[in-house]
Amino acid sequence: MSLPPQLRKVAPTVWELPVSYKDGMLVPARIIATEGLLAGMEAGVFEQTANVACLPGILKYAYCMPDGHWGYGFPIGGVAAMDPACGVISPGGIGFDINCGMRLVLTTLTEEEVRPRLHQLVDLMFARIPAGVGCTGFVHCSRSEFRQVLEKGSHWCREKGYAWPEDLDMTEEGGCFGGADPDAVSDKAIERGFDQIGTLGSGNHYCEIQVARPENIFDAATARAFGITIPNQVVIMFHCGSRGFGHQVATDYLQSFLRVMTAKYGIKLPDRELACAPFRSPEGQAYFAAMKCAVNMGFANRQVILHRLREVFSQVFHRSPEELGMRMVYDVAHNTAKLERHLVDGTMREVLVHRKGATRAFGPGMAGIPDCYRETGQPVIIGGSMETGSYLLAGEAGAAATFFTTAHGSGRTMSRHQAKKMVTGQKLLGEMEQRGIYVRTDSWGGLAEEAGFAYKDIDLVTAATEEAGLSRRVVKLVPMGNIKG
Amino acid sequence: MPFRFLDDIATADVAFEAWGKTREELFAAGADALLSTMVHDPEAVERREETVVTVEDTALDLLLFSFLQELVFLKDARRRLLHPEKVRIAEEGGRFRLESVLRGEKIDRQRHPLVVDVKAATLHRLRVACESGIWRAVVVLDV
Repeated sequence: MSLPPQLRKVAPTVWELPVSYKDGMLVPARIIATEGLLAGMEAGVFEQTANVACLPGILKYAYCMPDGHWGYGFPIGGVAAMDPACGVISPGGIGFDINCGMRLVLTTLTEEEVRPRLHQLVDLMFARIPAGVGCTGFVHCSRSEFRQVLEKGSHWCREKGYAWPEDLDMTEEGGCFGGADPDAVSDKAIERGFDQIGTLGSGNHYCEIQVARPENIFDAATARAFGITIPNQVVIMFHCGSRGFGHQVATDYLQSFLRVMTAKYGIKLPDRELACAPFRSPEGQAYFAAMKCAVNMGFANRQVILHRLREVFSQVFHRSPEELGMRMVYDVAHNTAKLERHLVDGTMREVLVHRKGATRAFGPGMAGIPDCYRETGQPVIIGGSMETGSYLLAGEAGAAATFFTTAHGSGRTMSRHQAKKMVTGQKLLGEMEQRGIYVRTDSWGGLAEEAGFAYKDIDLVTAATEEAGLSRRVVKLVPMGNIKG
Repeated sequence: MPFRFLDDIATADVAFEAWGKTREELFAAGADALLSTMVHDPEAVERREETVVTVEDTALDLLLFSFLQELVFLKDARRRLLHPEKVRIAEEGGRFRLESVLRGEKIDRQRHPLVVDVKAATLHRLRVACESGIWRAVVVLDV
C-alpha cells in the first residue's frame, strides 16, 4: 500500500501528518510505528487518525499506536487528549466495548505440572466460564443489584466474595471509576447486560493458559517484580469487556450525540461515528457518568471470571487458589476516557484522555500505580493471537509523549471473512493441538477468524513500543490452552 | 442472498453490502446479513416464534441503523436470533417509521453454528441509497 505523500518521519518510530493533510484538522496526526509496521497499515488508519485530529479541544497530537488498524470513528489504537474545559467527549473514541481489557494472573505451577492435566483444565474452564454469542453468566443478579455493580465495579465483587482484597489494588483505578451514575444509563442497557456478569463474549475475547519460558524473559529483574520467578511458570491471561451493557451504553449515546452535535453545538466532523458533545455539556457529562458504569461492569466481569478460574484450578489441582499462588499481576483497560494529569506545553494539567484499543502505561515513579510497581513502571499486558503468544511489558517514562499510552494487541491485518477463506476452524484446531496448544470453542468460524496469520507479528509490535520508548518488554508468554467464544 | 460481506473496509470488524428492489427488501436483506454474521447456517435458526420490531428515525440510513441495533439488543436481552418476515416502511412529516415482523428462536448452542457476537451496528461509512432502481446499503458491524 502506498503511504500518504504528506506523511513525514519526525523520529525513528514517529510519523506525522500535518494539519494541511485534511480540512478541519486542528493538530497534526502522529502514527507510532517502525517502517515495517507502517507499510502494513491500511489507508483507513491514516484517514481515521486525521479525522480524530479534527475533534474540538484536542491537545498536542492525535495518536495511533503501532498495532493500529482500521476501525470505526477512531482507528483501533487511537489516542486523543482533550482540554476538558473546551473539548469534546466522543463515544467513537472509546468504542462500543467500553473497558474491554486484559487481566494477567499468576500461578506457582510449572508447565510440567500443568501439561498432563491441560485437557481437563481447559475443558473445565470451557464448562464454567460462559463464552460465545448471547451467553449469560452464573451470577444471578437482579436489575437493582446490577446498579450496585455499575457504581462499585470490583468493590461489589469483594463484598460478594468474588475478589481477594489485593485484587483491587492490582486493577487499574482500583477496579472502580468514581462518579458512575446508573441513572445515566437506559433501561435497555441494563436489560441487555444484567445477567452477563462473568461471561467472556466472543470475537477476539478469550481466556488462555500460558507459560513463561526462561528463554522468553527479556528483563529478569522486572519479571521477578511482576511475580514471574519460576522457570516455565504457568500464568493465565484473559481478554473481555463490559459485554452487552457497555455496547448498549455506547449505542444510546452515539444516537443521542448525533442529534445534538451539529444542531445544538454546531460541530461538524468527517465521520458520524465520531459523534461527540462538549465534555462540560449536560450530554457530555451524562455520557461520562454512563461510560463509567460500563467501565465498572467491565472490571466486575473480569473479576468474576477470575473467581471462576480460581475455582477451576483449585478443583483440578486439589489445592486452594492461595496455595496455587493465583495472584493478579495487573488488569488494564483498553477502551476508556479518563481525566488524568499530563504535561502539556510545559504545564502539568488535567486532560481527558480517550484510548480506543490502547493501554494506559504509567512509567516508573508515577502516582496511580501500586506501590510494588512504583520502581518498575505499570505492568502492561499485550495479547497476541492465540497461536503466537502475548507479552508482559512495563510502562516507560518515554510514554509521556503519548499521554502514557502504548499498544494493546497485535492488531489485525486480514479481514475476518478472508481469514475464514484461508482455513477452517477444525483444521486450525488440529494444527494447534499438534503444536501443544489445546483450544475449546463453540464457534468453528470464530476460531478460524482468529488464526495467527490474520494478525500483525506481536514480536514486531512490542519491539516497536520499546523502540518508541512507550513500554519495555519483560516476558513473552506462550499459549498452552485457550477457550474462546 | 441479497448481501455480500466486504473485505476491504474495517479489517477487525464485519462490513456488508445489502440490496433490494425496494427499501423494504433492502432492510430485510440487512437483517439477513446480521443473522449470517452471527450464525454460519442461518437456516438452522427455526422460525418458531414471532417478534415485532418498530423503529422510527429522521433518515433512512439512521432507520436501518436503529433497526439493526434493535435486533442486536434482542439477541442479548431476549437471546433471540431472528429472520425477517415482513418489513413495512412509511414516511410521514420527515420521519420514517419501520414496522417489521420477524420469526426465530432462542439461541441454542447445540443446534446453531455460531460464528461471532455482534456488539453493535456502527455509523462508520453507513450508507443507504437508490442507484439505478436498486436500493443499496453498506453497514459496518462491530464484532
